[in-house]
Amino acid sequence: MKFTLSWLRQHLETDAPLAALTDTLSAIGLEVEGVEDRGAALAPFRIAEVLAAVPHPNADRLRACQVSAGGERVSVVCGAPNARAGMKAVFAPPGSFIPGSGITLKTGEIRGVTSAGMLLSLREMGLGEDHDGIVELPADAPVGASYASWAGLDDPVIEIAVTPNRGDALSVRGIARDLAAAGLGELKPWTAPEVAGGFASPLGWAIDWPEACPWVLGRLIRGLRNGPSPRWLAERLRSVGLRPINTLVDITNFFTLDLGRPLHVFDAGKLAGPTLTLRAGRCENLRALDGRDYVATPADCVIADATGVQSLAGVIGGAASGCEAATNSVFVECALFDPVRIGQTGRRLQIASDARQRFERGIDAALMRPALEAATRMILDLCGGAASTVAEAGAAPAWRREASLRFARLESFGGVADLAPETAVGYLEKLGFTPLARDAARVRVAVPSWRRDIAAAGPLDLAPALQAQRATLTEAAHEMEAEADLIEEVLRLHRLDRVPPVSLPPLAAVPQPSLTPRQSRTALARRGLAARGLVEAVSFSFTDRQSAAAFAEPAAALGLLNPIATDLGQMRPTPLASLAQAARRNAARGQTAIALFEIGPAFTDPTPQGQHLIAAGLRCGAPARHWIATRKLDAIAAKADALAVLLALGIAEESLSATRDAPGFYHPGRSGVLRQGPKLVLAQFGELHPSLRAAFDLPAPAVGFEVFLDRIPEPKRRRRALALAALQPVRRDFAFLADADTSAEAVLRAARGADRALIAEVALFDVYADEGMAEGERSLGVEVVLQPRERALTDAEIEAVCARVIGAVAKATGARLRSESA
Amino acid sequence: MTDDLASLEAETVAALSAAGDLRAWDAIRVGVLGKSGRLTLLLKALGALAPEARRARGEALNVLRDRLAAAIEARRLALEADALAARLAGERIDITLPPPPATEGLIHPISRAMEEIVAIFGAMGFTVAEGPDIETDWHNFGALNIPAHHPARADLDTFYLPPAEADGAPLVLRTHTSPVQVRSMLSAPPPIRVIVPGRTYRADHDATHSPMFHQCEGLVIGQGITLGHLKGCLIDFLRAFFALPDLPVRFRSSYFPFTEPSMEVDIGWDRKSGEIGGGKDWLEILGSGMVHPKVLANCGIDPREWQGFAFGMGIERVAMLKHGITDLRPFYESDLRWLRHYGSNPLAPAMLHEGL
Repeated sequence: MKFTLSWLRQHLETDAPLAALTDTLSAIGLEVEGVEDRGAALAPFRIAEVLAAVPHPNADRLRACQVSAGGERVSVVCGAPNARAGMKAVFAPPGSFIPGSGITLKTGEIRGVTSAGMLLSLREMGLGEDHDGIVELPADAPVGASYASWAGLDDPVIEIAVTPNRGDALSVRGIARDLAAAGLGELKPWTAPEVAGGFASPLGWAIDWPEACPWVLGRLIRGLRNGPSPRWLAERLRSVGLRPINTLVDITNFFTLDLGRPLHVFDAGKLAGPTLTLRAGRCENLRALDGRDYVATPADCVIADATGVQSLAGVIGGAASGCEAATNSVFVECALFDPVRIGQTGRRLQIASDARQRFERGIDAALMRPALEAATRMILDLCGGAASTVAEAGAAPAWRREASLRFARLESFGGVADLAPETAVGYLEKLGFTPLARDAARVRVAVPSWRRDIAAAGPLDLAPALQAQRATLTEAAHEMEAEADLIEEVLRLHRLDRVPPVSLPPLAAVPQPSLTPRQSRTALARRGLAARGLVEAVSFSFTDRQSAAAFAEPAAALGLLNPIATDLGQMRPTPLASLAQAARRNAARGQTAIALFEIGPAFTDPTPQGQHLIAAGLRCGAPARHWIATRKLDAIAAKADALAVLLALGIAEESLSATRDAPGFYHPGRSGVLRQGPKLVLAQFGELHPSLRAAFDLPAPAVGFEVFLDRIPEPKRRRRALALAALQPVRRDFAFLADADTSAEAVLRAARGADRALIAEVALFDVYADEGMAEGERSLGVEVVLQPRERALTDAEIEAVCARVIGAVAKATGARLRSESA
Repeated sequence: MTDDLASLEAETVAALSAAGDLRAWDAIRVGVLGKSGRLTLLLKALGALAPEARRARGEALNVLRDRLAAAIEARRLALEADALAARLAGERIDITLPPPPATEGLIHPISRAMEEIVAIFGAMGFTVAEGPDIETDWHNFGALNIPAHHPARADLDTFYLPPAEADGAPLVLRTHTSPVQVRSMLSAPPPIRVIVPGRTYRADHDATHSPMFHQCEGLVIGQGITLGHLKGCLIDFLRAFFALPDLPVRFRSSYFPFTEPSMEVDIGWDRKSGEIGGGKDWLEILGSGMVHPKVLANCGIDPREWQGFAFGMGIERVAMLKHGITDLRPFYESDLRWLRHYGSNPLAPAMLHEGL
């Protein structure tokens, strides 16, 4: 909403400086988005008369002028072709800053002729691109006066953002009322001049759709002369960015902004009477005043004459019945429309008109008649003619509401202790609330017709399980809402900055943990992965369908209905999809040894249970070269990352087993799943499938992992008591010859299980194959650590345990001992 | 001492100092103290002397033996020290060689900012609540007093997903973290003190808007919670987060459908330098308000008995301000150069006692 300071002063008696007005507007909820004060830059420029203009004696293209700006004659050298004696122009004295050229003027001499100032073009004043010559003002422009003030440019333009609840603030008068209530002046009284009708209106109204339009007024004015608006009106509209069109249209725009009351003017000569009907659209086409064609559907309210649709009611008028310069009789429409339907029509047809903006927020039902009177008066004053009586249909809807404020709530809810009841009531009265009853504890007020947001008492949207309590909760909500509405009005005018801040009372001397165990484990996983050398990424939860499809069949239920771009249209099946794209971008920028991780959501279906928290990581590319050899990436490196997360989160390594059933985007032979028991999959890892790697242009090798954080069981609370053994452990090495199908994990597990009491540790220290072995056969070097507890082991006992290890491994896996070293 | 003993001593000492390595040294030791060493032979010859002479000679020989043994041992230590020094000198390496690079990973600035926010609100007794990114229309809008036709909905640029039931309302990607307010109120009775850091989505993409971003919602419900607490809590937070005990904070009236009164919160800054806390300008940083009675009632809480406040803040926004980051888009681009510059050390998590 834009308005000028002078327009505001038509409604507000104030001597407050501009800065106080704008600061107050922002503080009370009418946030100032910008203040344009063009006058400030134009302040030094005066209206001058060119007394003489002769060719410059020493330059063909220049003219030597004698100029008076009210004081003495000055000599000015001017290059403009249109400079001539007798013209009125804009003069910049020496010392003034020229906005268009960025120069500060000095008195100088141009080829022997003194130049003490400058005659300005629009471009030099920063007011346009016109540089054909200097500005030529009308002959009656007052010499010596400030150009900015004469041209109406010294009037600051203020733009505010109006929140959806404040339809009343989409009018200069509404803004003035708020400022007056906030103590920045007095609201000037306004009453509509009544205009008696001289004849019955030949056009009447019919309402076929009262839900969309409960009440409508209209008035015919005939014998008028339309044409350009007088200067004050044209300038007023221009100052806020509206283009003047003709007097009748300009008058409707004026009242839209001045009172927040949109009106529409039909050229009565172009309407087929005798009745204008408010009804639902019938999929008819309408060419609107913006020159575009719209189809009025049965959801849209239209105004139709005998030939068809003439206006999309409350949104935009039709071109065919619009007022033009030649219009000599007009039918003025002043109506109330249902805000919801106006909003729906405007949104669907994408029409952002000033009328829609106001009807959508709801307008003042009590202003219907006064606004029509005021508009009639202005039309008669500016265009002449004679007005009919008022034609109407429907009736004023019930808009009267009441609300109560308990003064104690200003402190117990609003937190302000020293706000006297008189002050609070005073604020409300200045906003137009009328006290109906008041005692020491409370006041009951009538809500003004323009504040549709106060005590509006809409229905609740209860949680399904609470339907039984609807009556109680509705009563409580409406009572408290109306009071909160009033408290808000009082506090915003009193200023929120005057509410003393109070720190929250502590709940306990030492606060409880803020995170649930699951949340703190997520934080731990994040730190753990970063500590392992992976850099954390945060990427969009959606990706393109094709990238998603590389990881899992994209579910239609997870496709956005209105994606912002096709590459952001599908909820991702795993953060790995985002990481693969990130790795591609980094590789394309020449990054090597890429190591990224993300802890974020993955989606399998749209229910809350279908949204999973996953810690995923991706490493790719050859490791950075170094004079100390670094290990190449492989699936086992990804397994190490996944395992590190699981171990950090309290999973015992022995409880995990690796199986070969990772999903297909991993290399089928070089990937695995880490699971606890047969059902619980905690992680998957591996080399990425070569075709996926190729699809994402990832450098080789590329390995990844995913840890399913939601599935990790809560760790046990307590550690076991520690019993440190006094005796030295005994170490024995074994070399098992295992065939291709035998997993290392099975060998180690069997060895560990051979004697649960004595065997403290089992480690694989070597994997080896040579030509002497059968195809696929491997030698697995296993170290077994025996920890005696009560007494040292005898050689015989050690031999017996070793034999059990060999036996257990052979039985479980078929692997046989290759050699034994003591 | 007789001449032969004196010359034995002198010759031995001279030989020892001439010995350049342990091998030469050992030959001298054997030549003097060995089985057929010169001193050993002299000792063996004692038996042939008369008892008188034997005693005197024996004494002299014993003294000489002790002295020679000490001299020999001292020479051995000296030779060994020389040998060690020579060996170590040969073991010199180029200590300017670079060690293997640390495999340094980093925490994303959004995660870091969330940690800091949680640490500060945690000290004020808040716990962290969570909810799904894909929400129902009711959780995201209806329960929060944003009915279907509300103009605020049009402002929120919602992403929609197919409805769960054929004729139902489309699901939405939550446009704010506020639906978790609703979930919190429905899941446990008041009093409530939660914050909700998380992902949010709006169909908007330019230099200052991202289709996905992060918010931190806050909700406090109690019996004596007033607008004064709202102000105190947010001022306490902002001053701790920006580590500026005198940070100017102001509250301006505004409108949100789910709070009343509603207010925007600004902090002081210098528009030109970007310095927080300095200058004469104001910067909008979060929205807040007293929870709307209808929102409480929609979630089964009697607004006559309970009241409180809620707030929402952009996590990227506060992270950008704190670290002087000017462009929003790189937050999600995973450019390693950017991440390495703005990432933080995983071994230094946000802890109030170590300082944020």
